[in-house]
Amino acid sequence: MWKYLLKRIALAALILVGVSVLIYMLTMLMPADYIDNQTSAALQSGAMTKEDVQRLKELYGLADKSFTGILKSYSTWLTSTLSGDLGHSFLYGKPVTEVLSDYIWISFAIAFISYILQILIGIPMGIKASVNQYSAYDYSVSVFAMMGASLPSFFLSALLMNVFAIKLGLFPLQGLTTATKIFAADAHFQIFLDKAWHLVLPLAVLTLLGVGGNMKYTRTNMLEVLNSDYIRTARAKGLSEKVVIYKHAFRNTMIPLVTSLSGMLPSLFGGAMITETVFAIPGIGYMALRATQQGDIPFIMGYNMFLAILTVLGMLISDIMYMVVDPRVKLS
Amino acid sequence: MALNTENEKKQNYTDHQDYAETEAEQHFRVISPSRMVAKRFFKSKLSIVGLIMIIFVFVFSFIGPFIVDATWGYKETEVFKIERTTDMVTMAQFTGPDGKVYDYYDKSQTQVLFKAPPSFDHWLGTDTSGFDIFTRLMYGGRISLTISFIVIFIETILGIVLGGLAGYYGKWVDQIIMRVVDIFACLPGMPILLVLSATISSIESIPAEHRIYYLMGFLTLMGWTGVARVVRGQILMLREQEYMMAAETTGIKSINKIMRHLVPNTMPQLIVSATLGLGGIILYESTLSYLGLGVPFPRAAWGSMIALADPSKGQEILANYPNMWVPAGILIVITVLGFSFIGDGLRDAFDPRMKR
Amino acid sequence: MGLLDKLKRGKIEGVDNTTYLTLKDERRISKENNKIIKKYEKENNRKNVSEEEYLTQMMDPANVVEFDNLHTYFFTDVGTVKSVNGVSFDIPQGQIVGVVGESGCGKSVTSLSLMRLVQAPTGQIVSGSIRYQDKDGKCYDITKMPKDRMLKIRGKDIAMIFQEPMTSLNPVFKIGYQMDEVVLLHTEGATPESAKARSIEMLNLVGIAAVEKVYNSYPHELSGGMRQRVMIAMALSCNPRLIIADEPTTALDVTIQAQILELLRDIKEKINGSIMLITHDLGVIAEMVDTVVVMYAGRIIEKGTVREIFHNPKHPYTIGLMKSKPGSHNTKGDRLYSIKGQVPNPINMPNHCYFYNRCDKAMGICSQEYPGMIQFSPTHFAACHLYNEDGSDKSEEEKERR
Repeated sequence: MWKYLLKRIALAALILVGVSVLIYMLTMLMPADYIDNQTSAALQSGAMTKEDVQRLKELYGLADKSFTGILKSYSTWLTSTLSGDLGHSFLYGKPVTEVLSDYIWISFAIAFISYILQILIGIPMGIKASVNQYSAYDYSVSVFAMMGASLPSFFLSALLMNVFAIKLGLFPLQGLTTATKIFAADAHFQIFLDKAWHLVLPLAVLTLLGVGGNMKYTRTNMLEVLNSDYIRTARAKGLSEKVVIYKHAFRNTMIPLVTSLSGMLPSLFGGAMITETVFAIPGIGYMALRATQQGDIPFIMGYNMFLAILTVLGMLISDIMYMVVDPRVKLS
Repeated sequence: MALNTENEKKQNYTDHQDYAETEAEQHFRVISPSRMVAKRFFKSKLSIVGLIMIIFVFVFSFIGPFIVDATWGYKETEVFKIERTTDMVTMAQFTGPDGKVYDYYDKSQTQVLFKAPPSFDHWLGTDTSGFDIFTRLMYGGRISLTISFIVIFIETILGIVLGGLAGYYGKWVDQIIMRVVDIFACLPGMPILLVLSATISSIESIPAEHRIYYLMGFLTLMGWTGVARVVRGQILMLREQEYMMAAETTGIKSINKIMRHLVPNTMPQLIVSATLGLGGIILYESTLSYLGLGVPFPRAAWGSMIALADPSKGQEILANYPNMWVPAGILIVITVLGFSFIGDGLRDAFDPRMKR
Repeated sequence: MGLLDKLKRGKIEGVDNTTYLTLKDERRISKENNKIIKKYEKENNRKNVSEEEYLTQMMDPANVVEFDNLHTYFFTDVGTVKSVNGVSFDIPQGQIVGVVGESGCGKSVTSLSLMRLVQAPTGQIVSGSIRYQDKDGKCYDITKMPKDRMLKIRGKDIAMIFQEPMTSLNPVFKIGYQMDEVVLLHTEGATPESAKARSIEMLNLVGIAAVEKVYNSYPHELSGGMRQRVMIAMALSCNPRLIIADEPTTALDVTIQAQILELLRDIKEKINGSIMLITHDLGVIAEMVDTVVVMYAGRIIEKGTVREIFHNPKHPYTIGLMKSKPGSHNTKGDRLYSIKGQVPNPINMPNHCYFYNRCDKAMGICSQEYPGMIQFSPTHFAACHLYNEDGSDKSEEEKERR
């Protein structure tokens, strides 16, 4: 197994190098970088000259846009990245790693809670749909699942905001804290409640969008298992329908479920760009979208690489989980 | 599931007429596979609903603009200035000298030209720029549908070629292509699309109208890997099947082997994944438009119509003008859902064993 | 271009006289099916059914199971498939009954009906009864039994061995767990230890050498033959009164086949139970069974002792079967005998003898009505127009006349 794992990790490293080259090229090709964005007004008013801008660019290593120049700056970037330094974000004025570690947790919290909710809602519904295949329940679950996958997150967000924040006034519209409220420094519980209250709608959006896929995946796999010979054997043993479904069938459905769900874990750190932005939640996705719009190259690079690493990590984890969960895959 | 066409079948019978006749009369009830697929497809109610939804969206977005243009003679960017007076209420909070918080309301009457409510002339009213919303929905749909079909088409071709090469030749060809696929599959889709679109929007030498072509290119680039994987997997599997061995023994050229035997057999899966993919492209496109990186203003796109409701730009539209953004959202859902229904129906129809 | 024309009409005469169903027809059928299925499912899901409702009397107390005019249908979207269409036969205590027939003739569905494991909701027992006598001499009608009561019979009194040992064991549980499960479920006062002891004992009984190792293995670590032994051990662990073996050797190597059959026969002696052996292998039948039931297209066409069936087959289909057995009557160089044609379409069965268009002795009446059962000896029956009510052959002119 170790040999296989090593091979997989080596492959992952290779993929990451490829991804980094691609992302770096693309980012560097952005003609408007942060310097241009910041200085365009000054240039126009004459407060700065083109030479000043050029000097600034050289300072940030953005001046040389030729192929060799990009290659050179890529190798500088790669060496510093390998030593754990992702550079300095222009926009946020902090090291990229610091921005990431500052804003990642709120994104992770939302994503993780929604992930748990998706599991708790999606799997039981999927099982029930598969057991009652072709029933009205089954059809509604399928349609609901497809609806979830068809809704653009920004539209669902707008709908929920309109109904629950504006019309009913149950939840705040945007942000993470109530600006008009001032909490005592030690009122941790109140602050927590306030934040939780702000996160209800974004959580609802993420859960509604994701739960359908979960449901459908459970249903498909469960149906396959329920039609297999060993389920017939379990029934022939005289086991009750409950034991047959929740023990014999579900234990088998667990294999693909656990594999794919554990593979999703790293991506929970990646942030939900659109949803966070619509709800103005200062998570990593929100920060990244702003940085992208402003041309903050070090941050874009760092964030995209971070996402690529999460993806690769997810694939590795699901591979390993597959070996752990399925006894048929040898652990030698 | 072989996808022989009816023609091929007939050809067969005329070739071996006598044999076929007696054999068929004894054993088989002959029905062409394509007819069987069609029948199974139409048996599912969801497929029919999906088909109706897609036909509706197509008629709406492709025929609608012509009707509007012919009847009333305007296009998506025609500005209508409809004067009306509205109450403008501003509200503020302040803390009085007594320490209590007071709400302060100010009501005034203003004249507005835009944002007309739904009326007989403008079924869904006009938007912040005075464009007719109903008409813009049609043009938005045209853009979304065109993009999604072109992207899926190119991406499928690209995927078939590269996946086919990888699967058929194996060895180093396979290694290289599959590693590239791996790399592309690990690219974070949405952020990269944002970077790319931002790049395009800021290159001045690219006219704004051309941006859309680049956008399609990027969407294709992000999507072909899935098709390539499917095709390669299918070919690897099919290569092991007996009929490929049979084709081998007849000594036909390898290109013919691929084109005549392998590709047709991967078609059902490709058709299904392409249909399901159409919805995905529409979602991508509308997200980019929502962020202002898609079709440039003043042209219409469903995503940018919903973006009017972005609360960061003020709550007014989100709260008071659902006619501006809800229809666009509903159309996106109808289209994507329609494609999913059809895709699901096709999958079940092609391979009844795999029934969902 | 005759065939093309026929294709266009969507119908080939002489194959069967059904045209292709239109979409509308299929919709209608599926609607009707839903109604029928709902009715049966409602019946099946009743709770708190009093025992009187399904208590009954055996015809012959020497039998464990009596099938009486059993009908099991599948309500599919293309029409109703009458998989089991009026089957009656007995399984006497301590005997092996063989059920033979081509694939799709309803043998497996008959056995699944006995277990009440017919694939619901499309498959339903429509009418008839299956009488089962338990150890205390009480007799139940299995078709009327409520689901929860049936759980106490399945795996305990009637156990089943399936055709596919490779896929019939749950891949994610160890053999030991799967075996203990049955014992714990059906034995009163069983502890995990006693269950394990029982499982080990059973594994020993079926001739597995490294018992402890097998007990702690996952199914995929065993060969097909081993898995089938495990299945048999599992079936035996609660001392069943009847074991249903549904083609237990079809998926196995020839050498293993003999071992497994030998094992089954031994075990029957040891536990003094009965076996219902389903197979299409006549060699197996000849060696193993006491009585034979020959099924064709959902009906029994002949039944009798193994001697009667093999030495004095009456129905042309049985005669054909005997002839098509390789190595039986053929001399070298002869072509193997095969019965021409195929089983008729299971949907819309004709109302005459189902074997009519394949039978080389077919006569006028055969295309007019389905033959009744004719008794040849106290144990030997066949359904064929070739014979008179008293079992004598019809004379030539009688055949002509009808």
